[in-house]
Amino acid sequence: MASVSESKVLTAKEQLDLKNQRLIRKLLWMLLGSLLFAFALVPIYNVLCTMTGLNGKPQNTATVLAKAKIDGTRWVNVQFTSSVMSGLGWNFYPKTTSIRLHPGQIETVIFVAKNTTNEVVAGQAIPSVTPGIAAANLKKIECFCFVRQSLKPGEEREMPLRFFVSPELPKDVSDMTLSYSFFPAVK
Amino acid sequence: MSTTTVAHHEEHAEHPTGIMRWLTTTNHKDIGTMYLTFALIMFFVGGAMILGIRAELFKPGLQLMNPEFFNQLIGVHALIMIFAALMPAATGFANWMIPLQIGAPDMALPRLNNWGFWLLPPSAILLTLPFTLALFGIGDGALATGWTFYPPLSIQGGIGVDFAIFAVHLLGISSVLGSINIIVTVFNMRAPGMTLMKMPMFVWGWLITAFLLIATIPVLAGAVTMLLTDRHFGTHFFDAAGGGDPIMFQHLFWFFGHPEVYILLLPVWGFIPQILETFSRKPMYGYKAQVYSFWAVGALSVVVWAHHFFTSGMPVPALLYFMYSTMAISLPLAVMFFCWIKTMWKGSMSFETPMLFTVGWIILFGIGGLTGLVLADVAADAQYHNSYFIVAHFHYTLFAGGIMGIMAGTYYWLPKMTGHMYNEKLGKLHFWLTAISFNLTFIPQFFLGLAGMPRRIPDYALQFAEFNMISTIAAFTLGLSQLIFVYNIVTCARGGKKATDQVWEGAQGLEWTLPSPPPYHSFTEQPTVK
Repeated sequence: MASVSESKVLTAKEQLDLKNQRLIRKLLWMLLGSLLFAFALVPIYNVLCTMTGLNGKPQNTATVLAKAKIDGTRWVNVQFTSSVMSGLGWNFYPKTTSIRLHPGQIETVIFVAKNTTNEVVAGQAIPSVTPGIAAANLKKIECFCFVRQSLKPGEEREMPLRFFVSPELPKDVSDMTLSYSFFPAVK
Repeated sequence: MSTTTVAHHEEHAEHPTGIMRWLTTTNHKDIGTMYLTFALIMFFVGGAMILGIRAELFKPGLQLMNPEFFNQLIGVHALIMIFAALMPAATGFANWMIPLQIGAPDMALPRLNNWGFWLLPPSAILLTLPFTLALFGIGDGALATGWTFYPPLSIQGGIGVDFAIFAVHLLGISSVLGSINIIVTVFNMRAPGMTLMKMPMFVWGWLITAFLLIATIPVLAGAVTMLLTDRHFGTHFFDAAGGGDPIMFQHLFWFFGHPEVYILLLPVWGFIPQILETFSRKPMYGYKAQVYSFWAVGALSVVVWAHHFFTSGMPVPALLYFMYSTMAISLPLAVMFFCWIKTMWKGSMSFETPMLFTVGWIILFGIGGLTGLVLADVAADAQYHNSYFIVAHFHYTLFAGGIMGIMAGTYYWLPKMTGHMYNEKLGKLHFWLTAISFNLTFIPQFFLGLAGMPRRIPDYALQFAEFNMISTIAAFTLGLSQLIFVYNIVTCARGGKKATDQVWEGAQGLEWTLPSPPPYHSFTEQPTVK
């Protein structure tokens, strides 16, 4: 009698063990899935932002200059700001802080950087546009931000930015700010 | 695995005594007690830190500490209260009550359970060790970024950030193990007849919490790991100079961080209807509606994260989406509030300590929820963001909504766990002191926030002095009142009036059919639920 009931109990236990193991396996897969999802979010975020300009990241490569139509009926104010991140001993500022132009009209503005340390230092400028939605409409033909800049001790350099605002700029945007932050160049 | 352990215990009724009992135990009641004790200790550690903050804020100017230390206290206070006090307390109740409430002999995976607990003390040490190391001149103290680890500050920070990252890894592993255990227990160990739609609300709350933890903790672990590699291994996930984006961290963090709010609250939402039906002496109103509301909150919680950083910059359509989806969470919550009030309606109510805490909880958590709606408004949030308004808001949700709910549950089940009644007079005194001093601490902070006082700053303008003084005095009252809580628990554990099996006149559910305290191994024969 006792042995019969014991073997019966054992089978029930074994069944439960199997059931538990199956469920644990599923839950571990879920866990792995969420971990992969966390790392997949990095490329997803970058793709989304490039597509939509959500985070104000303008394109950072040269636009091949096509025959851009100048939209003479509209004015856009573009403001320039600058900052230097900690760890980079530079002065950095735009010579022109604000410019008024028509969409499609090509302009050049000058930024000035000076190395105040007594070492050769390389920096990389990272742009950001506000409002973010207009970032995709700021087209650069030539920019000091395309490559890293290396300055000798005490060297001062005038760096050009040639750009235009594409005529596809959303209708409700009349002002935009282009901000450059100079970071110590990544080794 | 589980059942073999149970059988093992049946064969050898004796178990190790003294310290070895607690180190090696796989018994759900022992582990639950350890979780709850750990949570209570860490509640005081985190509380002491914030009293240091409040003391500094008593007067304008810098009196007691330098700003770096102030920032460290704030960040570690939050991490300890969230990960080492509130979450372990909820897990402790899960361990104690889920097997008793669903008629299971133990948790499904008892050894995993033991491991899950013993990961907690090392992570608490990791979090607080940098304070001690700094005294010996090693490093510059604990993490000073606030609990949110935002880069670039967290990339520039000292060793405290690394310690906190590893602590978060350990805490994450611990809570994910706990979640797997709870899901397996709930799905496979219910007594015959205990269908999912007959489960007590607390079990439902934890089931959804467990799934949320499995879905979101890995995202936090991933985000802090990226931070670690950014700091030490030359990656640039969040470093703009290398093509990364610091804002991305905010997305990753809050993809975890917002569900975390409901991870902390859902178990407590499970306490409330059970306590209400006991002390209203009538069945809870709208069981199904509450269960579905739990699901709805769980589902909505993972799609609203960006309302935590409206001011970081987002296009208008995204702002609108996150605003409306956040506000939509108030709909299932309104259903729950309605059910809770309707449960009390025309009941023959009595106000023992658990009920006092629960009714107080409903009012205070309601204030937390309503001020949350204000913050969810994009236009208003621009003013309230990073002000003391948000500090007051989330303390109404997490201290009132979280910790006072845990206290309600503690008084409710303490007689069941210990077999003795606690001191009712002291319990009531504890409630009134807590409720009054809590309000006096945080209502002034709403005003301070509206007037423009920023959070996480050790000094402030003169016009904020009076409200800060009130808030500090009340905060010390609040902190000291909790000593009554500890005294009451300790004396109750040691002795006192014997508790009956049912303890409370109106208590319903399987745990009340067992003796008080329940035997070390309960429900070895599973009960049948009609």
